[in-house]
Amino acid sequence: LAGGPGCDVCYGLVEDTQEKEGILPERAEEAKLKAKYPSLGQKPGGSDFLMKRLQKGQKYFDSGDYNMAKAKMKNKQLPSAGPDKNLVTGDHIPTPQDLPQRKSSLVTSKLAG
Amino acid sequence: FFEKKLISFLFCLNYTADIISTVEFNHSGELLATGDKGGRVVIFQQEQENKIQSHSRGEYNVYSTFQSHEPEFDYLKSLEIEEKINKIRWLPQKNAAQFLLSTNDKTIKLWKISERDKRPEGYNLKEEDGRYRDPTTVTTLRVPVFRPMDLMVEASPRRIFANAHTYHINSISINSDYETYLSADDLRINLWHLEITDRSFNIVDIKPANMEELTEVITAAEFHPNSCNTFVYSSSKGTIRLCDMRASALCDRHSKLFEEPEDPSNRSFFSEIISSISDVKFSHSGRYMMTRDYLSVKIWDLNMENRPVETYQVHEYLRSKLCSLYENDCIFDKFECCWNGSDSVVMTGSYNNFFRMFDRNTKRDITLEASRENNKPRTVLKPRKVCASGKRKKDEISVDSLDFNKKILHTAWHPKENIIAVATTNNLYIFQDKVN
Repeated sequence: LAGGPGCDVCYGLVEDTQEKEGILPERAEEAKLKAKYPSLGQKPGGSDFLMKRLQKGQKYFDSGDYNMAKAKMKNKQLPSAGPDKNLVTGDHIPTPQDLPQRKSSLVTSKLAG
Repeated sequence: FFEKKLISFLFCLNYTADIISTVEFNHSGELLATGDKGGRVVIFQQEQENKIQSHSRGEYNVYSTFQSHEPEFDYLKSLEIEEKINKIRWLPQKNAAQFLLSTNDKTIKLWKISERDKRPEGYNLKEEDGRYRDPTTVTTLRVPVFRPMDLMVEASPRRIFANAHTYHINSISINSDYETYLSADDLRINLWHLEITDRSFNIVDIKPANMEELTEVITAAEFHPNSCNTFVYSSSKGTIRLCDMRASALCDRHSKLFEEPEDPSNRSFFSEIISSISDVKFSHSGRYMMTRDYLSVKIWDLNMENRPVETYQVHEYLRSKLCSLYENDCIFDKFECCWNGSDSVVMTGSYNNFFRMFDRNTKRDITLEASRENNKPRTVLKPRKVCASGKRKKDEISVDSLDFNKKILHTAWHPKENIIAVATTNNLYIFQDKVN
């Protein structure tokens, strides 16, 4: 297989990972991940990844925003969540289907008194 | 250390709680605070040593429980603000009361914990139960006096430091001047004065003008234990920056940058993720600092920036499991680490309710387990071993049977004695070494 220095074309095609594991277990794991998710980007530390990290928090459905956006859109399609579900309100209107259920925290502490 | 002491850590007692999110001893070690996902703080107090029964140290009993933070709602962004306590830090004791700072994602609070063991009795116009007396029935005057009562421990919020963080607070650290403290979120660090709640100074800001250029976030920050002008912050890219507040008001330019060079041929998709530092802690001496990344603990000499002086592998066998750990999000778990009082041993948690200790002098290490099934109170803890591959010996656990839902993220070491607090998801364990 032709490839320049640092080319890791080989890793994606290797059937037998046992050999590679001896060289670098991380690379073998990377190959496994890429085989499962071919569309995974090359750089995991990119800004999309970090943006998701910054947006941690339970999002709620705002019926006011939602209905206003629907009224504005009229015949056009309401922008749906798509792959990036974590945009701040204002850029994107969450729809009721987008939102995960909130888990309620326990009411009382179980620490022995 | 391990030979005579560590191996005989006794299982002392354990408490069941909501998901524990932080554990911290106070400066004397007499008090131990825990914070949980429900916004509650529970403080334990060590019993005074019984002089007659000198073979055991005092046990820890519940001293005070209070609701520190409530869930809130950011209406502008339709976002819920979790009440989970991210960090607790104690102030050194100045008078009879105890003070601590507790923080959730957005708000820091200063709590005063005080004891009341006397109450006034003998009012002229009130009955003992509080009802007012008919003034016409009062024929003599008496002087109210203080009489002893059952001990009551009260917690009251003295300061609320709010609205200073756009992103989620991950660290608070009290300055050695005992007047100021810092709070750090993903992109900024603020400096507060403990008396002033309506203002804080921004001392670090790594937010790029264009968010598309964002490459790293702040993961932890701490003030130096002795130099009031020095603090460090760690990043998701595995670097630590040391800053000097005397250099400029905004410490965007570091004084020192600690980073271990990486061999580019070893780089993989996971390299950056597992290099992200989840905790940074100065040694008590102030000469060293310790960082925790996904697979290891590193000790850095503040005088040497280009590599750590010691590296300890916590669970290297996970390197061949990174694919599944990425899929189940475990690769993002934030483990903490801590020093013992003399800076000779460091401790950190792992999976399967295991925790690890490393003796810096003898270079020996040990794996122990915090679980009720395997330990009865006052029994010696048995060392554990994980078998990475090949034939599993008796009593070893294979990597594939590790429970990744049982993680020990938070541990704390008593500042003076060999007493440790270890938090599993729902339980708090306190272990101590065998005395004689």
